[in-house]
Amino acid sequence: MDDPAAPPPHHHHQLSAPCPFPSLPPGAMASSEEDGTVEEKENNNKKRTKSALVTAWLTFYNIAMTAGWLVLAITMMRFYIQKGTHKGLYRSIARTLKFFQTFALVEVGHCAVGIVRTSVIVTGVQVCSRIFMVWFITSSIRQIQNEGSVILFLVVWTMTELTRYSYYTFKLLHHLPFFIKWARYNFFIILYPLGVVGELFTIYAALPFVRRSGMYSMRLPNKYNVSFDYYYCLIIVMLSYIPLFPQLYLHMLRQRRRVLHGEVIVEKDD
Amino acid sequence: MKHYEVEILDAKTKDKLCFLDKVEPNATIGEIKSMFHKSHPQWYPARQSIRLDPKGKSLKDEDVLQQLPVGTTATFYFRDLGAQISWVTVFLTEYTGPLVIYLLFYFRVPFIYTPKYDFTTSKHWVVHLACMCHSFHYVKRLLETLFVHRFSHGTMPLRNIFKNCTYYWGFAAWMAYYINHPLYTPPIYGEQQIRLALIVFLFCQIGNFSIHIALRNLRPPGRFVTLWLFFLPQLGSWLGFTLMTQCLPVAFFTLVGFIQMTVWAKGKHRSYLKEFRDYPPLRSPILPFVL
Repeated sequence: MDDPAAPPPHHHHQLSAPCPFPSLPPGAMASSEEDGTVEEKENNNKKRTKSALVTAWLTFYNIAMTAGWLVLAITMMRFYIQKGTHKGLYRSIARTLKFFQTFALVEVGHCAVGIVRTSVIVTGVQVCSRIFMVWFITSSIRQIQNEGSVILFLVVWTMTELTRYSYYTFKLLHHLPFFIKWARYNFFIILYPLGVVGELFTIYAALPFVRRSGMYSMRLPNKYNVSFDYYYCLIIVMLSYIPLFPQLYLHMLRQRRRVLHGEVIVEKDD
Repeated sequence: MKHYEVEILDAKTKDKLCFLDKVEPNATIGEIKSMFHKSHPQWYPARQSIRLDPKGKSLKDEDVLQQLPVGTTATFYFRDLGAQISWVTVFLTEYTGPLVIYLLFYFRVPFIYTPKYDFTTSKHWVVHLACMCHSFHYVKRLLETLFVHRFSHGTMPLRNIFKNCTYYWGFAAWMAYYINHPLYTPPIYGEQQIRLALIVFLFCQIGNFSIHIALRNLRPPGRFVTLWLFFLPQLGSWLGFTLMTQCLPVAFFTLVGFIQMTVWAKGKHRSYLKEFRDYPPLRSPILPFVL
């Protein structure tokens, strides 16, 4: 990542100053100093532009995602108020949900490139599990779309994402209301387990329909000499929540302790 | 001849763990590790990481005390590397597993397929050929481990054996299940495809073997090993096997292996570049002109 910044000629002009040591040949020491500061300034400028662009993109991204989930929240509330039931609610928001949840893949890119300091694996697992739920369970298995567990995890996801994206947005704008910070690091304590319950019950409800239809499955014999049973795959997915969920939950608890504990130390110094 | 004094502290807690006096100036780190082991028998030398700085790099066993930047009272920091296992043991276990597992599926041992197929043999001759090739590959690897390879580090952390064995044994089982399945479908292009695959496979096996023999003699002075010479035959063998069996799990295994080799080779390339300035950076670590 080295920028071979060749200083353009006019910079020399601007930076040439009278030589401070008259005994040295004019320009001997000054020119070497010049080259150092010119290159430094070039690199600093490039870094500053890069970080300004990055901040601009991240701000835009987080505002857009906050807006998206807000739209989802409002649509869901309106549906429930107007119709009085949750039947058909999923169908009405399916497309918007797919769009915004899939777009979150970008966040994995952010971590991979390094503009967000979170582990790629943690973000990757979280985003992939969401995308899996949306595309491979609720959107593809119609019979379970009116289950209560679907509404449960939708509500949980909406609250979580609204808090999360608005937290990032305010942080980037350097104006973080205390409530948002409090919400981000405390809501999850209840929302996370509730979300897991909703997701697991939904997958469980989907199992008989998967078995009956044989969807996403491949049987022998076939020319690729491989077989895949989506039914057993789902059972494995459900079982994988057992090791994965505690790890992610503890990770968030640790983050919370670090952020809130840090605050306590500052207060003590005051 | 002035003697040194050596004190060894814990890298994390800075507790004094051991004090050795009257240490010869030409003593090696390896000898110091043995002396430390005597006072702390639970930490055998392979588990010890001795360093000059608590967060620094481990010193090598061959480093000599008087050539290190220490005074006559040398302070070293110790870190426990955890239970260690020798590379040879790991390799032998890694490679014996797939050999045995594949054969279990080949002979259709009970509880794998439906009972009416127990101990039957496949009616496709390519399945027998595949078994021979797979077994030959792993027997070769075992023999290489025992007689050809010279390992730079004696040991590795114990948990590696579980990781590596899961990988090799798991994939071997997955592949073998489908290739030896009663409902196996032989390659679409029949004999032509199988013959070509066999040629590729044998060519790469022989190539791989001769490179290993050559490297064995080169190892101490061998610097400019072109890494892709190492990996291309491995990759080629497995591509041949994929073509021969026309089995998606085999293709998958080849792909995963290729990705791992790329990561490993790039790491080695980078460390070579650091150590030897004149290592030609134009040499692509994997596929010439591609990566």
